[in-house]
Amino acid sequence: MSGFAKPLKIALGLIVIAGLIVIPMNFNRYGLFILSQWAVMTIAAMGLNLTLGYAGQVSLAQGAFVGIGAYASAIMTTHGWPLPAAIVVAIVLAFAVGWVLGYPALRVQHHYLAFVTLAFSTLAFLVFRNESWLTGGIYGISNIPRPHVFGIATNKPLPFYYVCLGSLAIVSVAVWWLIRSPWGRAFMALRENPLRAQSLGIDTRRYTLMAFAIGSALGGVAGALYAPLTQYIDPVPFNLSLSLDLLMMVIVGGAGFYFGPFLGAMIAVLLPEWLRFTEGYYLMLYAIAVMGLLIWSPTGILGILDRYMAARRTKAASALRAVAKSRLETAQ
Amino acid sequence: MSAVLEVTGIKKTFGGITAVDGVSFDVREGEILGLIGPNGCGKSTLFNCILGQLTPTGGEVKLDGKVVTGLRPSELNKLGVSRTFQLLQVFPKLSVRENLILAGQEHQGNMASRLVGRSDAGLTDAANQMIGFFKLDHLAAEPAGGLSYGQQKLLDAAMAFMGGPRLVLLDEPAGGVNPTMLSDLKERLVAINREKNATFVVIEHNMEFVMSLCSRVMVMAEGKVLAMGRPDEVRKNSAVIEAYLGH
Repeated sequence: MSGFAKPLKIALGLIVIAGLIVIPMNFNRYGLFILSQWAVMTIAAMGLNLTLGYAGQVSLAQGAFVGIGAYASAIMTTHGWPLPAAIVVAIVLAFAVGWVLGYPALRVQHHYLAFVTLAFSTLAFLVFRNESWLTGGIYGISNIPRPHVFGIATNKPLPFYYVCLGSLAIVSVAVWWLIRSPWGRAFMALRENPLRAQSLGIDTRRYTLMAFAIGSALGGVAGALYAPLTQYIDPVPFNLSLSLDLLMMVIVGGAGFYFGPFLGAMIAVLLPEWLRFTEGYYLMLYAIAVMGLLIWSPTGILGILDRYMAARRTKAASALRAVAKSRLETAQ
Repeated sequence: MSAVLEVTGIKKTFGGITAVDGVSFDVREGEILGLIGPNGCGKSTLFNCILGQLTPTGGEVKLDGKVVTGLRPSELNKLGVSRTFQLLQVFPKLSVRENLILAGQEHQGNMASRLVGRSDAGLTDAANQMIGFFKLDHLAAEPAGGLSYGQQKLLDAAMAFMGGPRLVLLDEPAGGVNPTMLSDLKERLVAINREKNATFVVIEHNMEFVMSLCSRVMVMAEGKVLAMGRPDEVRKNSAVIEAYLGH
């Protein structure tokens, strides 16, 4: 994205933000629900993008962390705790469990690690389903209340959409800060060349665990918002297919690109809705579109943009070189 | 002069193969020690044992008199032991400057300050200085992957110096570098050695480079130390000539 001039980027950003605030005012209940879901899933996908896209650690357990956050939030808010307290607990819990899940990553990588995290995902699902004293088992937890924000009730869809959007904004700023910090650089080094990273003093163990823990904590945040969004949770939405969906969002949007999860979540949440007019065929069309995209650009949608920008930069650089060369020749 | 690095009886076996067989030597403060020997004689394995990338089967490594055997590479690096690699190991997508910032950032502050502090960890000036020192100014903002092989070798060396190391182990720094750039590299290494009082151990096959750069040369063959001495002594050693230089 570095090809754009800075003021242009800021203007574009402001337009998008204004659009996200103003346009949904006319949306119906269902439209607002979908958009809120987009915001929540973007948060979860941003977490996975950190773990997978930046630090290069494969995880098939992000859905489980959304579940952990959702149950923490549902249990606490139905017992009278305020949502912010539930979010803090969800973050701490998902962070701690994510940290522990990071330990296998110190020994195994790639698809082996994928299988370890997949096993964890199954384990979490079984806990949600079987420990009914805590989670309500297959009956789940209903009547999850929505919070009051600055004294305003968010029971209606629009105010709660703003809660989701505001949370997304906070998480976006935090993640932006993180990836621009030396930590972001260390995560990237971990992904690109752990051997070289170690010899530069980068404590790869600690950064690997941090990548897992922080990514999982964002999954927890998403879950803590998901529970009051749907106001009813049971174990099914948090099974392996959510983890796979989140993985797809990250990869389709562009793993390791900051805006990848925003786009990926938009495609995963909104595209099926837009394709609904095709009735029975929409899932098929959706699947074909995803396959086509990944064949065309394995680095996702933002990968296409990145290649285009790189090509433009190379062109500009060679033009500069040609000018310099001709100047040298005329000087001689 | 005191020894910065003392290696005693380092041994490394892979299954039935003994790659390094009881190597002992020490490296004096401020010297440039050359390490030569035929391919497969255990030079790189010895490096990896000293640097914690491999756990030696036996023996001991001391840094400034303290045992450091078994420490992780990142821990050793923080104690001031740095290295370059035989094969290119720069981060191709990062710019030259960012590569250098990355190389220095873990030597500044702690985990918390690296999270909340400046995104360059206050290292842009130091990186620019290093870029100037290695004459990479015109390439500072270029992605490292776009540099020529020789330039990447220079960057790789520059990265090893970002943390202000006391001891640097260079694995074939001259390999694939053209003669002009090589004399540049040598000049830089000598300057850092004198000005920063950094100690070097250099694996190299380029004899001219080794003989003119190093104050002492250690020769290895089949996992053992064959000879150790001043370059002119080693050159005359008949065992060395037979094992390595004789053809």
